[in-house]
Amino acid sequence: MNTHPSRQVIDDELHACVDGRLSATARADLQQRLAQDPQARATLQDWMTQRDALRQLHTQLLDEPIPAALQASVRQTQLVRTSRQRWARWGGMAAGVVMAFSLGWFSNAQIGNSSGSRLAQQQPAHDFVRQAALAHAVYSPEVRHPVEVDAAQEEHLIQWLSKRLNRPLTLPRLHDAGFQLVGGRLLPGDTGARAQFMYQNAQGDRVTLYVGSSPVDAQVPGTDLEFRYSAQGSISSFYWIDRGFAYALSGHQTRQQLLQLARHVHQQL
Amino acid sequence: MTQHALAEQIPALRRYARALIGNTWAADDLVQDTLERACTKWRLWLTGSDLRAWLFTLMHNLYITQVRYQVRLGELGQPLSLDDLDVPDVQSAPVDAAIDLQRCLLQLPEDQRAVLLLVTLEDLSYEEVAHITGVPVGTVMSRLSRARHRLRDLMNAKAEKRTATERPRRPVENLRRLK
Repeated sequence: MNTHPSRQVIDDELHACVDGRLSATARADLQQRLAQDPQARATLQDWMTQRDALRQLHTQLLDEPIPAALQASVRQTQLVRTSRQRWARWGGMAAGVVMAFSLGWFSNAQIGNSSGSRLAQQQPAHDFVRQAALAHAVYSPEVRHPVEVDAAQEEHLIQWLSKRLNRPLTLPRLHDAGFQLVGGRLLPGDTGARAQFMYQNAQGDRVTLYVGSSPVDAQVPGTDLEFRYSAQGSISSFYWIDRGFAYALSGHQTRQQLLQLARHVHQQL
Repeated sequence: MTQHALAEQIPALRRYARALIGNTWAADDLVQDTLERACTKWRLWLTGSDLRAWLFTLMHNLYITQVRYQVRLGELGQPLSLDDLDVPDVQSAPVDAAIDLQRCLLQLPEDQRAVLLLVTLEDLSYEEVAHITGVPVGTVMSRLSRARHRLRDLMNAKAEKRTATERPRRPVENLRRLK
C-alpha cells in the first residue's frame, strides 16, 4: 500500500496549488518545500499541464449555439416552473384574480362521474393536461419553428420519438378531418419525456396531440376508456388514458369538433 | 431566475457531459434528461441557491444511474472501440492530442473521471464537488489524486507509443498505480 503516510497530505496541497486555491504565501511555502522533493515537483508540473489540456477539451461546445431540442427543453422547464409558482402564489385567491394569469391557471371543467379512486387520481392527470395545453400555447403560434422535425421526415420523427418515449408510437392521420401533419417535437414532462405532434388544416388552425407515459399508475380496472374535457383559457383539451399512455388533444376548436378529432385519433392508436 | 439563467448553464453542461461520456449524442441525451429531471424537481430547488450546482447534481445522479444500468447490461468493462468516439474530420496535432486525452479520460473509473472534470472544467470547489457527488471531501480528494496520477500514466504511455522513443519509466509511477 502507501509507503508515504504523508502522500495524500502532499497531494492535497498539490491539488490546491494546481487548482489555484492556495494563497500567495501558502504557495511560496509549498514551492520552498518542493525544492527538496523533485518527485513532487514533477507531479505538480505534470498536473498543471494536464489541467491546461483538459480545459482545452471540447471548448467549441461553449460557443456553439444550443441545439433546438435542448432550447425547447429549457423553455418548457421554465414554463412549468413559472406556472407552478403562479399556481402556488395565487391558488388560494378568487378566480377572477387568478384568471388574469391565464397561462398556468388550470380551470377545471371536467365532465364524467368522479368516484373516490378517480378523485385521488385527478391531480396527476390535471398536471398532464395542463402541460399539454401549455405546450400547445407555446408552440402552435410559432411560424418559423413550430416543430423540431417536420412531416417530410415522418419516418425519422416517429423513430426518434418512439426511442425517447421508450415505446413504439403510431402517428394518427387526420386527413379525413382536413388536418395535415406539420411535424413533432420532444418535450419534458412530470413523468418523463413527452411527444407533441402538430396538425394544421387549410385555414391554418392547429391542433396538437400530446403523448406521454400515464401520470396515473394504472387504469382503474373494469372502467372503460373515457374522454375527459378540460379548458385552460381559450385552449380546450380532450384527454384520455389508454394502455399505460396518456394522450391530450388540444386546440382552439369547439368542444364538439375537438371531441370528434380525439375519437378519430384514438381509433388509430 | 429567468429562462436566460437556465439557458446560460447549457453550454457548460454539454461540455462536461461530452468529456464525461465521449460521445456527442449520448452527451446531449444526458443534458436533455437533466432538463427533464429539473422540470419535475423544480419544487426541490431553493430559489437563490446555486442553480449550476443543482443542475450538475441532477446530471451526476442521472449519469451514475445510467452507468449502473449499463453495468447490469454488461456494456462496461469492454474495451472502447474507435467507433464509440467522435473523431473530428480534420486530423491535426492538437486534434490528435485532444482525442488521446479523451480516450485516456474514458479509461478512468467513472467516479474519478467525474470528480476530475468537475474540479478542472467547472472550477468547482472541493466542497461543492463533494456535495454534487454525494461523498465526503476526503473521498473527493483521494479520487482526484487517483484520477490525476492515473491520467498522467495513461497519457505518458500514449506519448511513448506515439513517438516510439524509449523513455525509462520511473519506478515510482508503478508504485502509484497500485494506490
